Amino acid sequence: MALINKEFVKKRMGSRIAANGFAKFLFILATCFSLLVLGVLIYRILSDGLPYLSLDFITNFASRMPVRAGIWSALLGTIWIMAVTAPVSFILGVGTAIYLEEYAKKNAFTKFIQINISNLAGVPSIVFGLLGLTIFVRLAGLGSSVLAGGLTMSLLILPVIVVASQEAIRTVPREIREASFGMGATKWQTIRRIVFPAALPGILTGTILALSRAVGETAPLLVLGALAYVAFVPENLFSQFTVLPIQIYNWTSRPQEDFHMLAASGIIILMIILLIMNSIAVYIRNKFHKRF
Amino acid sequence: MDITINKQLVQKVEKEQEFNPVFKINNLNLWYGQDHALKDIKFNIPEKQVTAIIGPSGCGKSTFIKTLNRMVEMVPIVRMSGEIVYREKNIFDPKYGVEELRTQVGMVFQKPNPFPKSIYDNVAYGPRIHGIKNKKVLDEVVEKSLRGAAIWDEVKDRLNENAYGLSGGQQQRLCIARCLAIEPDVILMDEPTSALDPISTLKVEELVQELKKDYSIVIVTHNMQQAARISDRTAFFLNGEVVEYTDTSTLFSNPTDKRTEDYITGRFG
Repeated sequence: MALINKEFVKKRMGSRIAANGFAKFLFILATCFSLLVLGVLIYRILSDGLPYLSLDFITNFASRMPVRAGIWSALLGTIWIMAVTAPVSFILGVGTAIYLEEYAKKNAFTKFIQINISNLAGVPSIVFGLLGLTIFVRLAGLGSSVLAGGLTMSLLILPVIVVASQEAIRTVPREIREASFGMGATKWQTIRRIVFPAALPGILTGTILALSRAVGETAPLLVLGALAYVAFVPENLFSQFTVLPIQIYNWTSRPQEDFHMLAASGIIILMIILLIMNSIAVYIRNKFHKRF
Repeated sequence: MDITINKQLVQKVEKEQEFNPVFKINNLNLWYGQDHALKDIKFNIPEKQVTAIIGPSGCGKSTFIKTLNRMVEMVPIVRMSGEIVYREKNIFDPKYGVEELRTQVGMVFQKPNPFPKSIYDNVAYGPRIHGIKNKKVLDEVVEKSLRGAAIWDEVKDRLNENAYGLSGGQQQRLCIARCLAIEPDVILMDEPTSALDPISTLKVEELVQELKKDYSIVIVTHNMQQAARISDRTAFFLNGEVVEYTDTSTLFSNPTDKRTEDYITGRFG
């Protein structure tokens, strides 16, 4: 009569519950593994780097003598690069996203562009370095300058910003756009006063995360000819420069043990910068998160 | 007996001619791609009255009301023919901009759709996009509009709070206030109470009665009782056609078309 054999169900109960527990155990194991790796990494860096970390380390220029070496020029170089990259990539990226989402007709061509932008986000950074070398350093004659480096970095993170901004713009509901149009607002007014403010937290989060990727990039700038040993601070957009990851790379490739320690100290500084940037992104996301 | 009927008829005819049309719709056809959504629509919408559009789902009533302020064109595959004359101007005339039309013909939507801004900024949005920056003028417009939408007393102490904190019914009245703030001539309402509870619905209905003194109102509703309660004239739409359009009382008490009768007595739809 009964289609379900209660005895059978009972017999299987134990193994089902066991499988449930096992699945949970596997996932915890996976998480623990990455936490362990992170822990080891942080421990090594801190134990190597902390002894060298001091105010002098931050404010000194690079030096042949490990005791006097510092990251001042690399730190300022990174800030200079960001000062170029942030506005350029924000304006171009958000502009592109607004065009694609709000103005462009949805046809095969825009779809093609869309796929290409997503693909660009996955192109290795060294390729962008070669592009920057060809266009900015050689063709535009900017040399291995802050400007060339910043523009190259902008290209590198542009696809990420475009995609993040598009997603943020897409979350703005159709209804509130309609409300704006329904009151006689023009498209531009609707974008500026309704869509953009509503999408801004998402756009900013994406931009900051993209920028923090750029902060950690080495390859494209090496290709551009950024210097590894710089004992001066960039003075303007056309100065030569180095950045934190390049300085760290340079120190780790030296034979002396002391420089490896310095590299660890540099990594601590770099990680603090990244941590701060990511925290700002998280803060913006939580603070201005909109319920629609 | 005969005389009274005649008198009624004469009154009715007089009434027909009496009203001042704010919209004259002539042979309006509309297609979504291949789908013929509105077929040869032809009727006039009176000034300072409530005109209800009723009909079953998918009959084209929302499409029709969105045509009056050309919001329907936001769907890319729409094609139209015929004309809609708003106060002697053809709204499809390329010289007559949609922005200009929509400042005269405001709209309240099905779902309350306040902006993610403060209550004040929501209402001030319309005047601001039309270039009014004077704080004093804006303050006055905001108060007048909120009073006009019967929500002033509920929100006057929290004008700077986010509009999302209001209840659904309050949000809808806020949207009506936002619409009033551009001082429109006509207000289009697309099922404004379908997302509201009965008490909020009642408030909006009372508000509509109040508003018709100053505004011409076109309201789409799937609630026949609502149409009967609040409108002066009613159009019954079916499959993209106007089956019947007359005084609300006549339409509900004495429909001429069999299909209207079937619909209002609940035999389909």
